[in-house]
Amino acid sequence: FLGAGKPPMYGDYEAQRHWQEVTYNLPIRQWYFNTSDNNLQYWGLDYPPLTAYHSFLCAYIAKLINPDWIALHTSQGYESQPHKLFMRTTVFVADLLIYIPAVILYCFSLKETSTKKKASISALCILLYPGLILIDHGHFQYPLSLGFALWGVLYLSYDWDLLGSVAFCLALNYKQMELYHSLPFFCYLLGKCFKKGLKGKGLVLLTKIAGTVVVSFAVCWLPFCTDMEQIMQVLRRLFPIDRGLFEACMFSSPPPHLANIWCSLSVLIKIKNIISPQIQLKLSFAVTFLSLLPTCIKLTVQPSLRGFKFALVSCALSFFLFSFQVHEKSILLVSIPVCLIINEIPFMATWFLLVSTFSMLPLLLKDGLLLAYAVTTLAFLLACVASFSIFEKTSAEDLQLKQFSVSLKGYVSWFKSFPKIVRSLFLLSVTLMGVLSLMSAAVHPPQRLPDLFPVSVSIISCLHFLLFLVYFNVVILWDSKNSRSQKKIS
Amino acid sequence: GRVMAAGGRSWFRALALGVSFLKCLLIPAYYSTDFEVHRNWLAITHNLPLSQWYYEATSEWTLDYPPFFAWFEYALSHVAKYFDPKMLVIENLNYTSRATIFFQRFSVIFTDILFIYAVRECCRCVNGKRAAKDVLEKPTFILAVLLLWNFGLLIVDHIHFQYNGFLFGLMLLSVARLCQKRYLEGALLFAVLLHFKHIYIYVAPAYGIYLLRSYCFTANNADGSLKWRSFSLLHVTLLGLIVSLVSALSLGPFIVLGQLPQVISRLFPFKRGLCHAYWAPNFWALYNAMDKALTIFGLKCNFLDPTKIPKASMTGGLVQEFQHTVLPSVTPLATLSCTFISILPSVFCLWFKPQGPRGFLQCLVLCALSSFMFGWHVHEKAILLAILPLSLLSVQRAKDAGIYLILTTTGHFSLFPLLFTPAELPIKILLMLLFTVYSFSSLKSLFRRERPLLNWLETIYLVQLVPLEIFCEIIFPLTPWKQHFPFVPLLLTSVYCALGVAYAWLKLYISVLTERISVRQKAE
Repeated sequence: FLGAGKPPMYGDYEAQRHWQEVTYNLPIRQWYFNTSDNNLQYWGLDYPPLTAYHSFLCAYIAKLINPDWIALHTSQGYESQPHKLFMRTTVFVADLLIYIPAVILYCFSLKETSTKKKASISALCILLYPGLILIDHGHFQYPLSLGFALWGVLYLSYDWDLLGSVAFCLALNYKQMELYHSLPFFCYLLGKCFKKGLKGKGLVLLTKIAGTVVVSFAVCWLPFCTDMEQIMQVLRRLFPIDRGLFEACMFSSPPPHLANIWCSLSVLIKIKNIISPQIQLKLSFAVTFLSLLPTCIKLTVQPSLRGFKFALVSCALSFFLFSFQVHEKSILLVSIPVCLIINEIPFMATWFLLVSTFSMLPLLLKDGLLLAYAVTTLAFLLACVASFSIFEKTSAEDLQLKQFSVSLKGYVSWFKSFPKIVRSLFLLSVTLMGVLSLMSAAVHPPQRLPDLFPVSVSIISCLHFLLFLVYFNVVILWDSKNSRSQKKIS
Repeated sequence: GRVMAAGGRSWFRALALGVSFLKCLLIPAYYSTDFEVHRNWLAITHNLPLSQWYYEATSEWTLDYPPFFAWFEYALSHVAKYFDPKMLVIENLNYTSRATIFFQRFSVIFTDILFIYAVRECCRCVNGKRAAKDVLEKPTFILAVLLLWNFGLLIVDHIHFQYNGFLFGLMLLSVARLCQKRYLEGALLFAVLLHFKHIYIYVAPAYGIYLLRSYCFTANNADGSLKWRSFSLLHVTLLGLIVSLVSALSLGPFIVLGQLPQVISRLFPFKRGLCHAYWAPNFWALYNAMDKALTIFGLKCNFLDPTKIPKASMTGGLVQEFQHTVLPSVTPLATLSCTFISILPSVFCLWFKPQGPRGFLQCLVLCALSSFMFGWHVHEKAILLAILPLSLLSVQRAKDAGIYLILTTTGHFSLFPLLFTPAELPIKILLMLLFTVYSFSSLKSLFRRERPLLNWLETIYLVQLVPLEIFCEIIFPLTPWKQHFPFVPLLLTSVYCALGVAYAWLKLYISVLTERISVRQKAE
């Protein structure tokens, strides 16, 4: 949380400042439109209305302190020490009010962390997650959408479905990327309704939830509901599927430094030369949904809280790996649900969180956050090793693979040395990541391959993510009702 | 698993690593002119021969620490040249580069290893009355946190930039050695420390008297008083040998070159004024404030003639010799005698009724505090000299814990004006809150079976620090008074903290004296 002293990236920082300027000075009707006062090419507003309201609130406070910061047109590119402090404080306040309480309450509500000490230790580990700290306080981002989603999960764990839906709608209205999490929420709630019987209580619950969702959306979008054009324009900004923009995005090759399947593949084969852009898009949709389908079906048929959390992880990971137009920061949408299950599978969760931070290395290097990255990653690893003694928990049972191994026992016989294999793989991967991080920072890439280090980072992360996807899917699919009896025994 | 196998020492490792990570994160923070001071000293010791070290004056930051520190800078400079050779050029005044900053900050973090080792040794000397089941409640754990994560040390060393870490490590190590009855090692370490930074001469009387009493006179009578016959000439000669050897090693080359007067004049510059630009919260701060108040009062009631009052304001920020208007002026000799007189009772206590290492520690803290209260040109950082040893006492007795809480909170608060940039404001407030909350809660839970640590008056005083801070940092800059009276926040902070520090000093003195009296009564 020590954000002070770190230089913010010009892009996102300036974008947020510009949004404060726009939302404060212009009337609502003009926020999403391209007018003479509001040039959408220069960091135009492309998040849903809640972000705009939040910027408005921050702008209001900024006006009290120093109006120069948000003066229309004249404050573009404004940078000064007090302003940096102000912006960083707003992030910290948002953190403090929404994200941190959610994490703490969540840890105290888990059944596994029965003692206060265990709960606070796991809360500490989650809060120490380097990725979120670096992106929020170093690169500059608001953790509000993740915080609201976390509140949603928290409410659902208490069976307060309506509040959970409201919280998730708020999250969705803050950043449209929360759509990654929408399928698990939907399937879980739908499964719950089915379980209660579609003719009686289930139907009532379904209508109640649907009603709350509609109402929360309406409340958020109220100022824009005046005419259809407003709503269409906002949607256009959120999902740029306009003909012109679409072609522009498709024709430019995806950046190679993204741990996404298409980017990694594009290193080997130039896909866009083989298939046309429309087919590419349809292919990516198809693959994404195919990878989601098993988990979602399982969740609808057997809604359990544990399955829900794991589904959050695997759906978000599928989206991240297989969709087009993904940003590196989207890996956070996968990491936060993984933080939630850190108590159940501490070893794999720690491994995943380390890889996710590593995958953002090119972005962090650009921001000059190398030292912070090294320190926070080491601190996180230390905290997890000390609190969860992860190296002890690498057996098949601890990795929740018991049922899977049972069904495979006939085929494979090397499961006896499974813990050792897993442990050595972990050490290998951590060493590889460490070496690559050092080299990215210290060594200059050869002339012929200027992108060598970002590309290798992303390819390695992509491979890791694929393996994790398979792992999470296996855990979900083989998780049967026997898990409840297992808990009674252990 | 692994946690248990390490014999329970892994929590210490975790604490040490954690705080080192924190220090690494503080590398890009604001640094003060002390950064340039040390860069200059690196350059001087690297380029010039020994004979020129104390004469070099290209930069205004001349070498004013004893020779061992100069040798330390010399050793560092040989590593520095691999980071950025340009920082070693004397003419490069105020030179900074990323490599320079990284190297210097990292050198502080690295030398703190000595401090960590010293804390571990001190933890071994401390034994709680009852064995706590939970490691978080053990006195050793609390002591380790209070010392390793000490807020004052963190911000002075790692933000403001100084090399206090390993110096305090040497001091705590010598204290630990004395507690373990390894007297010669303790004496050696302290002698070395003195030649690193001569400010530690303030606590030299405690060392001297304790070593004389407990080491040179090897036995006590049945009632605890001195047995004059047990004087051991061997011990005295050994001690003398050690001290003179160390001094010869350090000052020898300069005596041979005939530069001793110059070195002394650099080490003890009495030309500077009674108070620093920002008043340290000691007795003279109260004295100055009283003087100013009486001046204003006198002017309003026309007792004084306005033309006779000197123009320059003492808090204008200039360091110079100054004359008081109403109360008598203070000379260096006056401060020296005040300090001497205030040290005497504690020294006498140590001589007549030594209570072993604990008595020694009490005397050490009292010496440090007394010289802080009455010294000439005291810097507010010197409060750390009293706070750190007091931590050792605070985890053993409830009374000391109460005094420690008052002294630490006010002492740390008085360090706030050192970091005046807006970017450091959240850091210092956050760290201060963390440390204060932890120290209060842990000491309260450690001594929960005894009376409450602080009475209502002390609690109110400490709570008042919060509004004071809000006023100084937030409200005051927004008022029109900022232009005319820019020193008001500093004045308020130093006077308010001076009250707290003086109160803690008096309370500690009284508790030490009454304890001795009651012990003597018991013996008789």
